Amino acid sequence: MKKTYKIEVDCANCANKMEEAAKNTAGVKDAVVNFMTLKMNVEFEEGVDPKAVMTEVKKNCKIVEDDCEIYF
Amino acid sequence: MNKKQKKMLTRIIIAAVLMIVLAFLPVEGWLRLALYMVPYLTVGYDILRKAFKGICNKQVFDENFLMAIATIGAILIAITRDGDYTEAVAVMLFYQIGELFQSYAVGKSRKNISELMDIRPDYANVEVDGQLEQVDPDEVAIGSYIIVQPGEKVPIDGIVVEGHSTLNTVALTGESIPRDIDEGGEITSGCINMTGVLKIQTTKEFGESTVSKILDLVENASSRKSRSEDFIAKFAKYYTPIVCYSALALAIIPPLVQIFVMGVSPEWGDWVYRALTFLVISCPCALVISIPLSFFAGLGGASNAGVLIKGSNYLETLSQVDTVVFDKTGTLTKGAFEVVGVHLVSGASSTFSDEGDQHKILEIAAHAESASSHPIAKSIQRAYLSCLEGKMDNASDAMVDSYREMDRTRVTDIREISGKGVIASVDGKEVAAGNYRLMNELGITYEECDEVGTIVHMAVDGAYVGHILISDVVKETSKQAMTELKKAGVKNLVMLTGDVEQVAKKVAKELGIDKVFSQLMPGDKVAKVEELLGVENAVEDGASNVQNSISTKKRGKLAFAGDGINDAPVLSRADIGIAMGAMGSDAAIEAADVVLMDDDPMKIAKAIKISRKCMGIVYQNVIFALGVKGICLILGAFGIANMWLAIFADVGVMVIAVLNAIRALFVKNL
Repeated sequence: MKKTYKIEVDCANCANKMEEAAKNTAGVKDAVVNFMTLKMNVEFEEGVDPKAVMTEVKKNCKIVEDDCEIYF
Repeated sequence: MNKKQKKMLTRIIIAAVLMIVLAFLPVEGWLRLALYMVPYLTVGYDILRKAFKGICNKQVFDENFLMAIATIGAILIAITRDGDYTEAVAVMLFYQIGELFQSYAVGKSRKNISELMDIRPDYANVEVDGQLEQVDPDEVAIGSYIIVQPGEKVPIDGIVVEGHSTLNTVALTGESIPRDIDEGGEITSGCINMTGVLKIQTTKEFGESTVSKILDLVENASSRKSRSEDFIAKFAKYYTPIVCYSALALAIIPPLVQIFVMGVSPEWGDWVYRALTFLVISCPCALVISIPLSFFAGLGGASNAGVLIKGSNYLETLSQVDTVVFDKTGTLTKGAFEVVGVHLVSGASSTFSDEGDQHKILEIAAHAESASSHPIAKSIQRAYLSCLEGKMDNASDAMVDSYREMDRTRVTDIREISGKGVIASVDGKEVAAGNYRLMNELGITYEECDEVGTIVHMAVDGAYVGHILISDVVKETSKQAMTELKKAGVKNLVMLTGDVEQVAKKVAKELGIDKVFSQLMPGDKVAKVEELLGVENAVEDGASNVQNSISTKKRGKLAFAGDGINDAPVLSRADIGIAMGAMGSDAAIEAADVVLMDDDPMKIAKAIKISRKCMGIVYQNVIFALGVKGICLILGAFGIANMWLAIFADVGVMVIAVLNAIRALFVKNL
């Protein structure tokens, strides 16, 4: 399953870090952060609850970049 | 400017004013430090906070950390020496100015580019009880009637059932000449209705309409990252720690060497200062921001010109294209075939011999092909119908009778044989209409035609009756497009076609195309493209070993340009697939990597030029940023560069790189 979320982040490097953090979250198969359109495309593993996974993703992103936001 | 940026600007101004005031205040000692801390903290408190948080979260190495260490270090040095805190505050101040500029520039171009692609319709007008009602386009079902008033965007694909108007398609195709539309015409969503009120019956849902597909494509384009972007992301990951450790080494090792090896004073202050300068210079922002921004601007500029590129990676590949393979029909030629002659079999053996019989053949052929949407079939149907209309006036009643309207009930058992033709039963007779292959397969002897064109041989009940000569017209811009492509550095132009050799050669000669492969079946085209890809590889392998690594890297990419009908496999097999005339063809949008909104072959050259310009800017930025930083790092290590130069190497380079990146947006004059 693939979903797109709106994000807010200030710098391109931070976006790269968020992408890395999202990819390493359990339940996420792949993630791409697009700094230019401020969007995060997340591909979830089979049978996970996107909401729960996204909470984790957000938590992990906050660790690498304090000043970011994901809307879901 | 948004709220965040305005706040930042205020902080910068306050800090700058304070600094100027402080420069004239004759205070000394700790008071001086305390006073200077006011502008320093005003402008840089968030950097310090982020750096601290980073350390807590074990995410030490980022630009906040670099800036925090550099400025705190500079303050400490100033305390031990002359008490000149200006440098530390200035570094923080300029860094923040740079960040503000970057965020403003990115925000601005983000907005510009989304405005360029602002084709999303907000509503659809539906007639309810004689009243127009605005509804969400998503809620309009297939087959509903919608009204589009002058000045409004067409929200959903459909067919015009009432009214006529002119359409502005500039947002879709980049073509500024308006297009006329009449009753019965197919209308594409995303166009702007300019003059008259149109009543449209929708043929698709909003989500399946052209405008949705394009928006989807454009919005996701920059998510497919190019190799350059991946490189920069990886680079930044390793680069910052390396620089930090180098700075540490620079601060510790030379003084130790001076003490223990050379036996002179260590001069800690000097070396620490050099290490801090090193840190300021090394900030990777210029690269990290300008590369994705260049791609984003390039993609935006391209969409504005009617060239949709599905991702940064394709933009990169497109710039390396040195072979362009074209499908002939519909790409280089109009694909509007015209029947130019009907030749009857020579000799009196046939039942068809006079002029009336020519029409008879056309009639049979038109019926046999009535189920096909192939351009050739269409041309025969058109020829038959126009011949009907033309002959009606002076034709006898009997003739009118015999020229019955196309009546599909007369046709049964239609079998289309891909790449060969059609066999069908018309009025109970078995009719075979197709190329020589079909005749060979059926074991029918046919006559060669001595004119150049596409030949449809006709046989009725197994007996050859004659053939229809059809030819295609080359597009007006095709020749110019070939010249432009050559000028843009494309070395090989190849044409593939299912058409016969004479026709193919004639078109190729007219356009100046180097290589032609004719009489290809749909499957052969894939094989040919593979061969073209493979042949190039083989040549590279044969090259000398020294050259090998370079030449494989430099191997030009192969682009295939087709009209998206029938050639989806070829589009996906080529390094890069270009589909033309996407307005209305979903298959093309899906299969291709680059989608040209209209079917002008000039756009192929334009797409390649846009990609080259964009990649040029990317390389300029990489080389410029790394070059300047490299030089400054060396100068810094030798103690020649001070912090002022360092801050230029960081912020100045970033500003220049960002401005350069935005240049990729301007593609009008390419």
